[in-house]
Amino acid sequence: MRSLKHWSVVSFLVPTASYAWNMPVGVTDVSGDIYRLHMTIFWICVAIGLLVFGAMFYSLFRYRHAKGAKAAHFHENTLVEVLWTAIPVLILIAMAVPATATLKQMYNPSDADLDVMITGQQWRWRYEYMGENVAFISSLSTPQVQINGEEARGETYLLDVDNPLVLPVNRKVRFLMTSDDVIHSWWVPELAVKQDAVPGFINENWVRINEPGIYRGQCAELCGMDHGFMPVVVHAMEQEAFDKWFAERKAAAEKEISGIDRDWKLAELMERGQATYEAICASCHQPDGGGSPPAFPALAGNEQLIADQAWHLDRVLNGVSGAAMPAFRNTLNPVELAAVVTYTRNAWGNDAGDVVQPLTVQELIAQ
Amino acid sequence: MALKLPPQHNLQHSSTITADSQVHHGHPAQPRGILRWLLTTNHKEIGSLYLIFSLTMFFIGGIFALVVRAELFQPGLQLVNPEFFNQMTTMHGLIMVFAAVMPAFTGLANWMIPLQIGAPDMALPRLNNFSFWLLPVAFTLLLSTLLMPGGGPNFGWTFYAPLSTTYAPPSTTFFILAIHIAGISSILGAINIIATILNMRAPGMRLMDMPLFVWTWLITAFLLIAVMPVLAGVITMMLMDINFGTNFFNAAGGGDPVLFQHLFWFFGHPEVYIMILPAFGIVSAIIPTFARKPLFGYASMVYATASIALLSFLVWAHHMFVVGLPLVAELFFMYSTMLIAVPTGVKVFNWVTTLFRGSISFESPMLFSLAFVVLFTIGGFSGLMLAIAPADFQYHDTYFVVAHFHYVLVPGAVFAIMAGVYYWLPKWTGHYPNERLAQWHFWFSIVGVNLTFFPMHFAGLAGMPRRIPDYALQFADFNFISSIGAFFFGASQLLFVLVVVLCVRGGKKAPAKAWEGAEDLEWTVPSPAPLHTFETPPNFHRSSH
Repeated sequence: MRSLKHWSVVSFLVPTASYAWNMPVGVTDVSGDIYRLHMTIFWICVAIGLLVFGAMFYSLFRYRHAKGAKAAHFHENTLVEVLWTAIPVLILIAMAVPATATLKQMYNPSDADLDVMITGQQWRWRYEYMGENVAFISSLSTPQVQINGEEARGETYLLDVDNPLVLPVNRKVRFLMTSDDVIHSWWVPELAVKQDAVPGFINENWVRINEPGIYRGQCAELCGMDHGFMPVVVHAMEQEAFDKWFAERKAAAEKEISGIDRDWKLAELMERGQATYEAICASCHQPDGGGSPPAFPALAGNEQLIADQAWHLDRVLNGVSGAAMPAFRNTLNPVELAAVVTYTRNAWGNDAGDVVQPLTVQELIAQ
Repeated sequence: MALKLPPQHNLQHSSTITADSQVHHGHPAQPRGILRWLLTTNHKEIGSLYLIFSLTMFFIGGIFALVVRAELFQPGLQLVNPEFFNQMTTMHGLIMVFAAVMPAFTGLANWMIPLQIGAPDMALPRLNNFSFWLLPVAFTLLLSTLLMPGGGPNFGWTFYAPLSTTYAPPSTTFFILAIHIAGISSILGAINIIATILNMRAPGMRLMDMPLFVWTWLITAFLLIAVMPVLAGVITMMLMDINFGTNFFNAAGGGDPVLFQHLFWFFGHPEVYIMILPAFGIVSAIIPTFARKPLFGYASMVYATASIALLSFLVWAHHMFVVGLPLVAELFFMYSTMLIAVPTGVKVFNWVTTLFRGSISFESPMLFSLAFVVLFTIGGFSGLMLAIAPADFQYHDTYFVVAHFHYVLVPGAVFAIMAGVYYWLPKWTGHYPNERLAQWHFWFSIVGVNLTFFPMHFAGLAGMPRRIPDYALQFADFNFISSIGAFFFGASQLLFVLVVVLCVRGGKKAPAKAWEGAEDLEWTVPSPAPLHTFETPPNFHRSSH
């Protein structure tokens, strides 16, 4: 009941200014075109509605049986029937012309300045700047305590991620979309980009953002348990800021790779592994490793996992055919893979006691 | 007096007919109690069974919807976990589509088609019994999946692969079996309806003399026969993928997840017209009755229904505008979808013109029909908006779509069914429904339905995806209002049950022609309609249209 307090009657009668009621105009030329199409067809519908409902309510009021109306007996009129078939056809043709033009524009991803591969995974997004060796995973960062209502919800509740997709403004960016498991749909209303990410297919879309800013959206295609918890955040920057961010990201990626061939300590791997586990694995296997059987088996106390390191590595690297467990060999780097396997073998009372080195994982992937 | 409900009233009447059937088939005396309902081959009794089944499922599906609305009442996860939430949205959709709306129309068809064409019964009475009794089996099985390990179907009523195959709970095989059984029921029912309409019309009744409810059902039955096998095919492919190692929809094995959607929507789009065409027929019977004026444009109504049915096979991919179709496909499906507005518009214009210069009264069947015309048209407008492919990139899979199809299905199909029930209750029971309670039911429903579904347009345009158990704070107000409306609407439907029960038990006696302006053949037999009617074909005169 505590949370019901702020539901005063007024709160929904007087929406605050930030509450949108309509489709956003957005920050790209295409999103503006779509908005105008939307408003045009909306006003056409309003006009037809006024005519039809006007005639209907006039008749209902004017020809009431209770007021002694006598019914006429006509039941056909060819001219009228031809007219009200032909006029809608003309209206529809008038509407189809601009819609076709906009659609053609949306279907032209050629001459892009930057290609970004977007991969949907249950339940996060992976972004890869094609040909640039920069790739990262973007997951929900709204804390669980806010979802449970134990903490006040922030303004961007459910619309925050750890690593937003960063893009330059005024550049044509081509998106290539696919999925590692089920169908997802990448959607940012302000960019008017919604495109399904389908396993086994690569879909194209593109965007040229006109204004710097942070634009938020969500997965739009039901993709399982946490479909409601995989937001999309795009951070659009001026070119210089983008270049600076991109250089930092590249340097960080190189540093990450450079650690592969040294010998990692158990404590280091456990710390690194816990971070990876919580970002990637916990949504299915749960933060306490308890899983949600039968779809998502428990890892804590899983005897096969503890006893057989090779089997454990194979499951993580190659996934489980016919089940929800994806292959992570291409989506996580060897350090993350070694760390998360080490972590799950030694956390929550699991007592394998062994350490998996990044180098071992790299060799396995290379095979 | 002969009455078909409740059973004991029937004794006097049954003595005559069972004597007759004994002569022909050597049957024992007509069974009583539960066996009577299990074995009945009478179209009126089977019609009642369908309607009672549908109403029960309407409440079960409604409870699932209320679980969804209760969770969405405010932001955060309060009542159910996301996994169960997905099962509720899925089961709500499946139950409402396959177990509530479709059987309700089949029940009305069973009751009214023989009465409206002057036939003594359905053409295939034992098949009719089988078609009905498949349904409780199918949906008991479907509902039981909720209790199985891993839970029931959780992939939405559209069950897109691979979420519904590789990633589905173990109960999915039972879900497939349940849908197969329900599909067989629909196909058999459709065959029966076509056979009845084409072979058993009263002498002198040509196709273009049939009441529109019969016409719309004839066309619907052809749609069912055309598309239910496609549904059966696609769920069999799922079954193979899940249990027999095939890869129809598994990309890793060379399969194609998008193929699933093409097959599903090739069934699915005609399916949504299966749920609305008979509603057009009901409304086309009621509006002329209470406007005391013949239906305007009878022939164009028939042609419009047929065009909608044909077009329904050419528009399926408008459900898939963002799946990555090539440009030419987007354009083709956008144009063909926009075309649907033309015959649908013709229907609305015809209804409005029927009202023009009529002599209109506002009994409960008429109120529901008028609400149907207005609110279905609003659903049609949002449908036209959704047809504009570029804009659909923004609307797709949001609450705008949820608002759209609930407007065509709830104040559309469901209101038409309720209008039909109020309209024909005097014929079924011999009593008028309590008009005051029926009017209360109407006004509560109209407020509830708009309170529930209108704000969903705004939530969707503002960016709320469908099928999510929790949402960002800017959608809170819309969801709050929708949830209040849903509980209000749900509770008002108890009034409907009350009116129907009271009407079966008693009430103002209705004459054979229960409504002053009613014209069709059903109004020439006594109220309540005796168990057996038109054993001698009536003389049909073409004056009705």
